[in-house]
Amino acid sequence: MGMTDIIPLIVAKYNYWLFVVLMMIGLYAMIAKNNLIKKLVGMNIFQTAIILFYVSIGYKSGATLPIIQNVHEGHGHAAIHAADYINPLPHVLMLTAIVVSVATFGVAMALAVKIYQRYHTLEEDELRMRLSEK
Amino acid sequence: MNNYPALIVIAPLLAALFAGLAVWIEDRLSYYIAILGLAVSSFSALKVLIQVIESGTIQYKMAGWDAPVGIEYRIDLLNAMVLLLISGIALFNLIASYKNVEQEISDRKGSFYTIYLLFVTGLLGVTATGDLFNLYVLIEITSLTSYAMVALSDKDRGPLASLNYIFIGVIGASFYLLGVGYLYMKTGSLNMMDVADIIASQHDSSTVLVGFILCMIGVWIKMALFPMHVWLPNAYSYSPVAFSRVVAPLMTKVMVYVMIRLMITVFGFEYIFNTLHLSEAVVWLATIAVLAGGVLALAQDNLKKILAYIIVCEIGYMVGGAWLGNQSGMTGAILHLLNDALMTFALFLGLGNMVYMLGKVKLNNLQGLFSRMPWTMTGFVVAAFSIVGVPPTCGFFSKWYLISGAFEAGAYHFAAALIISSLICAILFFKVFEICFFQSSPDLQGQGHGHKFQVMAEAPVSMLIVSNLVSFSLIVVGVFSGTIVKTIILPFLQGI
Repeated sequence: MGMTDIIPLIVAKYNYWLFVVLMMIGLYAMIAKNNLIKKLVGMNIFQTAIILFYVSIGYKSGATLPIIQNVHEGHGHAAIHAADYINPLPHVLMLTAIVVSVATFGVAMALAVKIYQRYHTLEEDELRMRLSEK
Repeated sequence: MNNYPALIVIAPLLAALFAGLAVWIEDRLSYYIAILGLAVSSFSALKVLIQVIESGTIQYKMAGWDAPVGIEYRIDLLNAMVLLLISGIALFNLIASYKNVEQEISDRKGSFYTIYLLFVTGLLGVTATGDLFNLYVLIEITSLTSYAMVALSDKDRGPLASLNYIFIGVIGASFYLLGVGYLYMKTGSLNMMDVADIIASQHDSSTVLVGFILCMIGVWIKMALFPMHVWLPNAYSYSPVAFSRVVAPLMTKVMVYVMIRLMITVFGFEYIFNTLHLSEAVVWLATIAVLAGGVLALAQDNLKKILAYIIVCEIGYMVGGAWLGNQSGMTGAILHLLNDALMTFALFLGLGNMVYMLGKVKLNNLQGLFSRMPWTMTGFVVAAFSIVGVPPTCGFFSKWYLISGAFEAGAYHFAAALIISSLICAILFFKVFEICFFQSSPDLQGQGHGHKFQVMAEAPVSMLIVSNLVSFSLIVVGVFSGTIVKTIILPFLQGI
């Protein structure tokens, strides 16, 4: 596959490329950064990438919000075409996933505070040094 | 329709709420509420297991919504067994742990019992559910509670160990979530049975393949399959001992259950073994995990760390057995799931008694332990024999199935790894026993010669009763392992 074939592929599925790039940025920060807060930010980017992925798979081109209009005007029983509305289910799932990621972030932040109160640093190499002295 | 399947999960959840509130009235009350919640849960699990054996799979619809739209609890022979295992171990551990909690975290007992109950709720939910996304949420409930627990005890190392556990836990859970997303793209459903029906005709789809691989990687990270095990030893050895006794036998085993559930119910053997041809690579991975876990255990000088690395080794057994692709291997993996949960629990009960009496459990703290704590050591020795695989303890029988499965599949490297790791465990435990038996304790050496009299300093009776009862159950389960295979595992595997 030549270079010319790849570009349309990226453009056509740009949402997937975007989420993969974001995910890798997050993963890189979690693995390579030395500061615990930077790692936490990386973790959050990583989780957000997956949330964006889910949100984007619910989208259909030319579709609208999943709220059925004109129900009270007597047209409510007219045929509803699923293709006219974007899929709300992945979005609802992500509400739960956001709750999970906020809770995880909160616990992690509380631990970072604990660590800082005890050692007055959040740099991982310094923490390791301090711990190996014990 | 009776409500026992829901009660298994809801009883500890409600108990968690009330145990948290009860601290304001009376400290001890939260302990009794926790016991009550888990007793109700265990009783319901027993009822459900009997019902499933008698009349087959139970489908429990949450709030009456039918399956593909609503969330269902689908309980067949496999998860009925695992549910009883989880609730039973959680209950017995709570009975044994009262004094440990008093000693280690007396200032935050209420929070301990609340988090403990939420953790067990999560595990039970993961096991009972028939919905892929529900499974993710419940996995995260278990993980969040265990992050909090790990940070609770050791003030020096606990928070950092817990933070590293969070980083890896989040990566694992996110991979699983991503895999579920791919499956949803292809099937438009989250119900396990429904997804299975749809992907049965999509075996050549690359979306399903990516979904499968992402789910498996996520679950492997969560179960600490080598080389994704790095978080486990620190997390388990710095948490309060009352919690490491329940997380060590259950957390990794429940993840093994999730793997087996995904393999059998969602993707199916046909897809995994005939379409994908991944089995050889994964069995090699498991072989390496078994050997690496054993070797790393040999290098430790702290009993907690030794036991943690033995878990890494045992995970390799179950993953390898499940991926051999024949009935003996899968039977061995499921039987080992049951046996290993009990063996690890028995070992950690012994460990908890030692921690209670000695404080530290480095190997040189254990000198003369046979004469000081004979009852604890009896239980510990039986559990160790079971890990090594000495008949008639239960460890022997599941290893037997695993090894015969390995020979059937022609995976001689896996069979060799099983035998070598048994030898390594034997060396390891006899090293511990030698220190406990032949080296007299340091305070005795100070008294000079002649006085070989050693004062017994045993753990409290409640702890001893539980630890010996569980060790005795290893022999009972071993003797009846034929019955377990015939009434639970084989009917389950044939009913797929």
